[in-house]
Amino acid sequence: MKEYINRDQEPNNTDRTQNNGNQTSNNIDQILSNRNQTPDNGVQMSNNTDQASNAKNKMRQPVSTSIYGQIFNVINYALLFALCVSTLYPFLIILSLSFTSERILTIGYSASLIPKEVSLEAYRKVLSSDFIKSGYIMTILRTILGTSSSVLVTSFTAYALSKKYFPHRTFWTMVIVFTMFFSGGMIPSYLLVRKLGLINNILSLILPPLVNTFNMVIMRNYFMTVPESLEESAKIDGANDILILFRIIIPVSKSIIATITLWVAVWHWNAWFDSLIYTTKPSLQVLQVVLRRVILEGSQMVESVTARDDTYRVSTEKIKAATIMVTTLPIILVYPFIQKYFIRGIMIGSLKG
Amino acid sequence: MALYTEMPLQNDYERSALEINRSVMKDKSKALTRISKSKISLTRISKSKTSLTRTSKSNELNSISGSKALTILTRGKVGKEFYKYIKYRWLVLLFLPGLIYYIIFHYIPMYGVIIAFKDYKFSQGIWGSEWVGFEHFKALFSRESFWEVFKNTLCISFYKLVFGFPPPIILALMLNEVRSLRYKKIVQTVSYLPHFVSWVVLAGLFMQILSPSTGIVNQIIKSMGGEPIYFLADPKWFRTTLVVTSIWKEVGWGAIIYVASLSNINPDLYEAARIDGANRFKQLIYITLPSLAPVITIMFILATGKLINDDFDQIFNLYSPAVYKVGDVISTYTYRAGLVNMDYSYSTAVGLFKNIISLILIISTNSISQKINDYGLF
Repeated sequence: MKEYINRDQEPNNTDRTQNNGNQTSNNIDQILSNRNQTPDNGVQMSNNTDQASNAKNKMRQPVSTSIYGQIFNVINYALLFALCVSTLYPFLIILSLSFTSERILTIGYSASLIPKEVSLEAYRKVLSSDFIKSGYIMTILRTILGTSSSVLVTSFTAYALSKKYFPHRTFWTMVIVFTMFFSGGMIPSYLLVRKLGLINNILSLILPPLVNTFNMVIMRNYFMTVPESLEESAKIDGANDILILFRIIIPVSKSIIATITLWVAVWHWNAWFDSLIYTTKPSLQVLQVVLRRVILEGSQMVESVTARDDTYRVSTEKIKAATIMVTTLPIILVYPFIQKYFIRGIMIGSLKG
Repeated sequence: MALYTEMPLQNDYERSALEINRSVMKDKSKALTRISKSKISLTRISKSKTSLTRTSKSNELNSISGSKALTILTRGKVGKEFYKYIKYRWLVLLFLPGLIYYIIFHYIPMYGVIIAFKDYKFSQGIWGSEWVGFEHFKALFSRESFWEVFKNTLCISFYKLVFGFPPPIILALMLNEVRSLRYKKIVQTVSYLPHFVSWVVLAGLFMQILSPSTGIVNQIIKSMGGEPIYFLADPKWFRTTLVVTSIWKEVGWGAIIYVASLSNINPDLYEAARIDGANRFKQLIYITLPSLAPVITIMFILATGKLINDDFDQIFNLYSPAVYKVGDVISTYTYRAGLVNMDYSYSTAVGLFKNIISLILIISTNSISQKINDYGLF
């Protein structure tokens, strides 16, 4: 009678995503909720490490009462503080410079954290520049399109290779992993993109980095930890692999998908070399390339940035600083909220599969 | 379970029954599903009394049971392997986009590497260009500029390995001694930050910070009575700048793996050591470092495998003609030879030379790490 029971549950299974709030007591839901309670390995691992360090910290608390211990603690804290300062200082200096008024700069600028006279003229110039605007549009476009397509194809490939019954799995895995260790190199790749006619096409920024092998392997290892029993019941109900991937695997692998998504998104935001060589039209270049031109080509590019209504000159350094800030701020602002996902990915990646 | 008795009648079902037995030993739940699966198909078989043999052949593949062409195709050893691709067609379908991507964007460029042995003309294409054999490699090895670049690459990588390898470990150890979890988190978060900022931005940042006239570093040097240093334009200082900036960027990120393995050390060990009267320094020497040793070994071996891989992003954004003599590395050299001077074949030869060395290095270091630690990339 077992198959009849399973059959009866079929509608529940397929409707599961639709009536999420409805706690049905069928197999998959039970297993799923179990999984949610004991989340995926990677998270578990980081939780464990947190707990472990918690426990350790509690246990080791009494030791630091000796004078040497105290002195060591003070020095240790101070050194770490110095590290933080040295990390943040360059960013803050640039931020301050970008706000410093022109008058101070001409009198004689000396680096300081707080601008002596605040002015927004550099930002006004930079933000009104057409290159910055088009750069922003291109960067956002490539980040959105590139990340979504990349995560989709990466998860497809990872899922296929995570299945033990995938035909010639070892061979195909080797075919893909081999590309991590050997590649045609810069020039053949460039010639290929040129031959495909993708020069000055946004696809040249999206297709070549579509699947990152490292990310794919991490995802595959993660998918392999998903218990097979989750899928088997769905399979009996006649679900095919594509359905299983979207309905079961992806929902239980949210954390790894989020991590990979963020990695790829940051990669796309920061990518510049492909845009430098594949796009020749300045209006199609991404923000990083525009910034590179502002920084390296210096005054000429600045002239073109500030060419409009040049009622007063803004110094090159200031324009550079403001452009750096405009390019980096989105990442710096979002970063504290999403950084835990990055770390989680490293933890998952260190699992062997 | 009465259905079992019918199984010996068909070869395929004998096999599946065997499989069921095997899997019963392995995994009860798995076996249960198998049984219920075969039950389903058995009931189907009993329904379609007319063609028992045909259905049994395509036992789990109900949808194509009628296709004669496929039964022919799936005969024999090769056929059976091929049959798997039909059996798991949905999975194969998921794999296809990835495979096509890898063929087009990884294997075609690998094939394109043959232009290193040709005199490539864009108009003639890869295949149509004339073969020249090892001409480009001869040119490569006889050019002094190449050996300079080769030396620079190894030098910079070596310095980065020697000076850049310990800081993440030290940082992890320091973080490990921090009692306040909140402080630890803040330090970690801040120290990861530069990892997520591109070298283009950092180049702009460093050009400002290290500027001889207005840069904060040179202001400090001047206030202490020193002469301003042209960090990015002075060949004496350029490599140092590269090493320091790359440490600055990656120290926090590199520490993650050590922090993780530090927190996996069993706290009982420390407890026992404390009862034996070990102070914190002794705990560090006798517990923490030995527990960290395997990870350090692996990381070191893997890092040596990357000696030939230079950091293109960093150097390309920081260097200038003034420091080509000490700062030009293989990848930047390839870029200028290929994409600036349009010497496609020659620069492909340079790239190929580097890739082969890199491949040899990675494979050998990886096998070493596998031998030592049973841990490798593949």
